[in-house]
Amino acid sequence: MSEAIAPADFPAAEASLRPPASVVTETGWVRWTLIAVAVAFLALFLVLPLVTVFAQAFAKGIGAYLAAFSEPDAHAAIKLTLITAAIAVPFNLVFGVTAAWAIAKFQFWGRDLLVTLIDLPFSVSPVVSGLIYVLVFGSQGLLGPWLIEHDIQIIFAVPGIVLATIFVTFPFVARQLIPLMQEQGTVEEEAALTLGATGWHAFRTVTLPNIRWGLLYAVLLCNARAMGEFGAVSVVSGHIRGLTNTLPLHVEILYNEYNFVASFAVASLLAGLALVTLVIKSVLEWRYADDIAAGARRH
Amino acid sequence: MRFSNSLGHTVVAAAFGASLALAATVPARAQSELLNVSYDPTRELYKDINAAFAEDWKAKTGETITVRAAHGGSGAQARTVIDGIPADVVTLGIPSDIDAIARISKKISPDWRTKLPNEGLPYTSTVVFLVRKGNPKGVKDWGDLVKPDVKVITPNPKTSAGGRWNFLAAWGYAYEQNNKDVEKANAFVGQLYKQVPVLDTGARGSTVTFAQRGLGDVLPTWENEAYLVFDEFGRDKFDIVIPPTSIYAEPPVALVDANVDKKGTRKQAEAYLQFLYTDQAQAIFAKHHYRPLKREAAKKEDLALLPEIKLFKIEDLQGSWDDIQKKNFDNGGLFDQLGKAGR
Amino acid sequence: MATPSPRPKRRFRQPSVIPGFGLTLGYTLTVLSLVVLLPLAALVVRASGLGISGIWDVATDPRVASALRVSFGVSLLAALTASFFGSIVAWVLTRYDFPGRRIIDAVVDLPFALPTAVAGIALASLYAPNGLVGEQLAKVGIEAAYTPVGIFIAMVFIGLPFAVRTVQPLISEIDKEVEEASAILGSTRLGTLTKVVLPPLIPAVLTGFALAFARGVGEYGSIIFIAGNLPYVSEIAPLLIVIKLSEFDYAGACAIATIMLAISFTVLLAINLIQAWSRRRFGYV
Repeated sequence: MSEAIAPADFPAAEASLRPPASVVTETGWVRWTLIAVAVAFLALFLVLPLVTVFAQAFAKGIGAYLAAFSEPDAHAAIKLTLITAAIAVPFNLVFGVTAAWAIAKFQFWGRDLLVTLIDLPFSVSPVVSGLIYVLVFGSQGLLGPWLIEHDIQIIFAVPGIVLATIFVTFPFVARQLIPLMQEQGTVEEEAALTLGATGWHAFRTVTLPNIRWGLLYAVLLCNARAMGEFGAVSVVSGHIRGLTNTLPLHVEILYNEYNFVASFAVASLLAGLALVTLVIKSVLEWRYADDIAAGARRH
Repeated sequence: MRFSNSLGHTVVAAAFGASLALAATVPARAQSELLNVSYDPTRELYKDINAAFAEDWKAKTGETITVRAAHGGSGAQARTVIDGIPADVVTLGIPSDIDAIARISKKISPDWRTKLPNEGLPYTSTVVFLVRKGNPKGVKDWGDLVKPDVKVITPNPKTSAGGRWNFLAAWGYAYEQNNKDVEKANAFVGQLYKQVPVLDTGARGSTVTFAQRGLGDVLPTWENEAYLVFDEFGRDKFDIVIPPTSIYAEPPVALVDANVDKKGTRKQAEAYLQFLYTDQAQAIFAKHHYRPLKREAAKKEDLALLPEIKLFKIEDLQGSWDDIQKKNFDNGGLFDQLGKAGR
Repeated sequence: MATPSPRPKRRFRQPSVIPGFGLTLGYTLTVLSLVVLLPLAALVVRASGLGISGIWDVATDPRVASALRVSFGVSLLAALTASFFGSIVAWVLTRYDFPGRRIIDAVVDLPFALPTAVAGIALASLYAPNGLVGEQLAKVGIEAAYTPVGIFIAMVFIGLPFAVRTVQPLISEIDKEVEEASAILGSTRLGTLTKVVLPPLIPAVLTGFALAFARGVGEYGSIIFIAGNLPYVSEIAPLLIVIKLSEFDYAGACAIATIMLAISFTVLLAINLIQAWSRRRFGYV
């Protein structure tokens, strides 16, 4: 795939190279209409909900806002969310790098099928993602009797929540790295090996620096999703207060307790996380577009 | 930029950390922790009860105990117990949900009703109407719910115990009203559900829809839930209408035998359930607008809000709980048929 | 894609000096199997207990059929809308320069980063009859929240990033010289757009559409707050799975889940076919 650089990344160069505008662009009013449509659409569907979260969170002042975070249940939810992400994200990072290495650096039979299977969790409904773990680890499930016998609690406890989170974020790192590593090919690693490096050494000193920004980018998105997952976690959580409620579940609980300010306050924490994610993501895209993805700026 | 090298270490450290964290999260279950799996509207109630019990238990035994609670639609909560949530006690919205746990998972003994006073009912409740201030649609009794311009907000009886009590209360009213004519009672309930614009999964969802989102004219709901709306949203926006007759709603409690025996918490869990029948707990029930078993234990001003009205027991009209569940709410039951006929 | 080199005969993998194939592939397959394939297999096993006829019975039950119809029908409309406006957004963001372009570009990914439950309560409070937008819509007689319109809004929200991001890179890859040539040869701008610019974008638009559709069909968190959840009207298939579970009807839940899983597979397959076709037709993905 050819490298593509959006013209807007180089506004000055673009201005001098640009052919007569009317030939390759639309007339002024069409252009501004399209811009207006796009901006209005995004404002209505994306920006307004975001603004609502913060507006509702601060509806009764900063004191009520802060009170939402003084509850022990809120602390427990924050802690659980952090623990879950702290396990799920590194797990998927290791998996993603390993899978990308196997898939991008080698040609083997069934490679495309493997990529499709890794992609699968992406299109599975979150509810189904939770359900399958209930079917395996629930008391009525396949491993249920064995787990009861050995006194191991998977669902309705942290391991189940982590598993469901790993499932829904499973493809993120691998998907990002596979095309990137494919594009980079194997020449540099081969050179390192020829010069006597071990495989691990070649990976650390050659491959990793090449994919670092892409990796960071993928981890960022993976983390946002891991901390925000609702449907799958909701099915396996059991909603025990102070024990198995993650932040998104805590938002729902507060909402159902008529505690709307607190609910939106906690939601604003997650929305803030989303905003930080978007900012870092955009910075990465602007500065390291070519190091992030094969071709420019592709998910 | 030294990022590459440190990233290499980070990967290794992260993977190592992940396995450590996984090992650390195997739940260490202290003996002095109980889990009460309850239904949707009891959140505020059990906050008070659990604190009172912990204090009481500490005074009696010196042991510090934490009672954790999980809330959700009654059916969904029963499902988590069946699927293995380590509940010590269940306090659900309707007897058939505890029957289901006993039948499917065998974790509760089938004769759970006989283990505690009053068939496992430390308190009861009923269904009343919450209407907009001034009662603009003039809703006085169940019959008014099917007036052409009245929109009713009620939860899905498939998932919510409150939804099932509403359904059974409406049916029971029409059955008595029409000289015990089953067909007419069915038709009445059918008409009622045609006037429901939003069918939430739990009682709480319905209350939010009615009170916060401003949909519908009347919210038939748990008595305690109606008063909670008063307290949370202000009395200037709503009125409570108590119908002349309503249903005797039975939210029972039971011990989850299999779990307490495995966890070794039987003593504490039994004490917890017994505590629900003490005067102290009974007063808390009344304070939260549940109808206590011992009225004499409650404060007068709390009782004043729980007037004696004519309450009928659905078992007297429809038979055993197995029958009630099957006839009305199981797959292909009356509720399913209503939807098919209506649309 | 790496250049496809001629495949050797009957060899599992081509020789390479790069080490670690066995280790990495072994680890990949093990983890994939444990985390994804085995649990999914458990679902299929559970559902196969019903047999094809059993699944068919569940699928044709009026309430289930109606939930599937709502999920697929509304998702189809939402994906179409997201694709239409998403393409415009992609075009505007790549081709035009205007103040705030980069911020708007970043905003497109918001639904990706914002937890669905947060989106759900925000959308519900906006589009409720007493909400900021809902109030205006009510004046013109549109009930948004608690109707299929609410589901539609949530699904558009969820699907939009996919619709934009799959199309965007291709627009930036369009060779402007081809457009110039078209213009010099006497085509109007509209003619150039419809005959030269748009056709190569079709595969990407279709891929984005398919992704948005798949996400919409499965979406749960953001929809349940705004949908109204009324059987036969605004009840979605994932919610019905949750309801079936609450009724202890594991078989029914598995049957619906299996149907949805089959659809997911089909959509993924369709995307792969679109991309294969696009590779043949246009020489790129």
